[in-house]
Amino acid sequence: MSNTADNPVSDERIKQTPAWRKALIRPELGGICGTIIVFVLFAIFAGDSGMFNSQGILNWSVVSAQFMIIAVGACLLMIAGEFDLSVGSMIGFAGMMIAIFTITLGWPVWQAIIVTFALCTAIGALNGIIVVRTGLPSFIVTLAFLFILRGFTIYLPQLIERKTIIGGIDKAAEGDWLAALFGGKILTGLFTWLGDAGIIAVFERGNRAGQPVVDGVPMLIVWALVLVAFGHFVLTRTKFGNWIFASGGDAQAARYVGVPVNRVKILMFMFTAFCACVFATCQVMEFGSAGADRGLLKEFEAIIAVVIGGALLTGGYGSVIGAALGALIFGVVQQGLFFANVESSLFRVFLGVILLFAVVLNTYIRRMITGER
Amino acid sequence: MNPEHAPLIEMKNIEKHFGSVIALNGVSLEIYPGECHCLLGDNGAGKSTFIKTMSGVHKPTKGEILFEGTPMHFEDPRDAITAGIATVYQDLAMIPLMSVSRNFFMGNEPEKKFGPLKLFDHDYANRVTMEEMRTMGINLRGPEQAVGTLSGGERQTVAIARAVHFGAKVLILDEPTSALGVRQTANVLATIDKVRKQGIAVVFITHNVRHAMAVGDRFTVLNRGQTLGTAQRGQITPDELQDMMAGGQEMVALEGSLGGTV
Repeated sequence: MSNTADNPVSDERIKQTPAWRKALIRPELGGICGTIIVFVLFAIFAGDSGMFNSQGILNWSVVSAQFMIIAVGACLLMIAGEFDLSVGSMIGFAGMMIAIFTITLGWPVWQAIIVTFALCTAIGALNGIIVVRTGLPSFIVTLAFLFILRGFTIYLPQLIERKTIIGGIDKAAEGDWLAALFGGKILTGLFTWLGDAGIIAVFERGNRAGQPVVDGVPMLIVWALVLVAFGHFVLTRTKFGNWIFASGGDAQAARYVGVPVNRVKILMFMFTAFCACVFATCQVMEFGSAGADRGLLKEFEAIIAVVIGGALLTGGYGSVIGAALGALIFGVVQQGLFFANVESSLFRVFLGVILLFAVVLNTYIRRMITGER
Repeated sequence: MNPEHAPLIEMKNIEKHFGSVIALNGVSLEIYPGECHCLLGDNGAGKSTFIKTMSGVHKPTKGEILFEGTPMHFEDPRDAITAGIATVYQDLAMIPLMSVSRNFFMGNEPEKKFGPLKLFDHDYANRVTMEEMRTMGINLRGPEQAVGTLSGGERQTVAIARAVHFGAKVLILDEPTSALGVRQTANVLATIDKVRKQGIAVVFITHNVRHAMAVGDRFTVLNRGQTLGTAQRGQITPDELQDMMAGGQEMVALEGSLGGTV
């Protein structure tokens, strides 16, 4: 070869990059900075409002966990190069199907949940198959499903039950083994002990006097953490994770070296639908009812969380941990504004501003990585 | 080329039609181990279609592909890769946002067992990538360096090293030098020479006669979907090749006005 082999390290055309700057070039950067800023701000402005006692923490943790569950699916799908705009409608649809199966058809709740999961992942697969077969942008295909699924979610309960909210699922779910996996709580013993030890607040009056106000960690949060851990593991530690990056980075280049790009994309659509279904099931078990308007705008919130987390809208780059941090920022700000007594409609203003900021930062980081100018 | 060797690939009378368009009209070619076979032709001559047939992207409408003497029917590129036919495409070789080592093992990820799970073996991937890059004369800052920071020639070299590492017997290079500067071209040509010396057959597609003459052992010219013949090194001059590619006549007139600079 030429003389490039002989003068290894020093190239006079490359400036030395400081170590701190290298450490900063990672997809999670925006999410990490945002999380720190958000917590510091609310510690200052809402520190004494009860935001950081046990009920307060539970409050924003639950909201963050909801965002996290759908953000994990949206994140992996976006890294694989596609969008799913039907997530919100899928949440409403899944909840409604569980309600119809349980209340109208009288199925046991576990059966209703399993069939709903199968149905929703099948619809996710259909989304994926249409996208890879037709080559249409997933934006359009899933936009169609946004309307189709929402339409059914409103039409079916009116047709069958003559109402748009179906309740009574909490009664049906009592003692159901699978329902407990979505609506139950864990670590109740630990929280009772914490309450007894005076570390967390307990009820002072009423028939639950002496019991802790927060009596356990909702399964919703457990699902969020498990899905984040699973998503992060698959993406960074497995062969399949490399295929996800490759499919989104350049589908044609990936195909040429034998990556089954279509299969990867379809599976990611199915996983996104699965996450939406987890969200819906937890919500239905918590409220005991399913409503036709559940999950509105969730698809955009999921995408914003993912983008704050450092993923590129064009695919091929991103991080599940970043998306989880994006979801955390979301939850903390949405609930924190309430604790800080700020008009809650300002949350939307915040969303818009932080989205813009995150996209600009991500573009800059990508330039640093790829050396584009 | 060594005539005692049996051909590695024989393409016999390959025809490929896309609807009413006849892209290839009976092209035959033999490729021997350790040779650099240059496939020349102007735009639209059918070079790309021909190599895509060889690498399993297209199925031939008519004709036969023999690989090491046995007829092959590739369903997709994966089959061709498994057989030992690797293709490096000009723009589509690498994914800029991914690290060199993730790119290197893309589609062939090494795995290690971790309890019941199978993990992507990053340590192994990083180590091998660094070694292979050093052999090819590219010094990476680290295996985590994104491919986007490499130059065009370096990307081609990574792609070639990848194909060789995964046991390619035939390496098809689709215009690897057409977008490169002088020095990067020299690097890629030197890499081709290295690969050939390992006994791997190289099919080098180009429309630059000088690049072809620099490393080629044999030259096949395609024009309008047909072969205009195969020539050995030393039996043909660059000018003759150039004329064949351009289809003769018009080129003579053009060259007159350009003063032989093309």
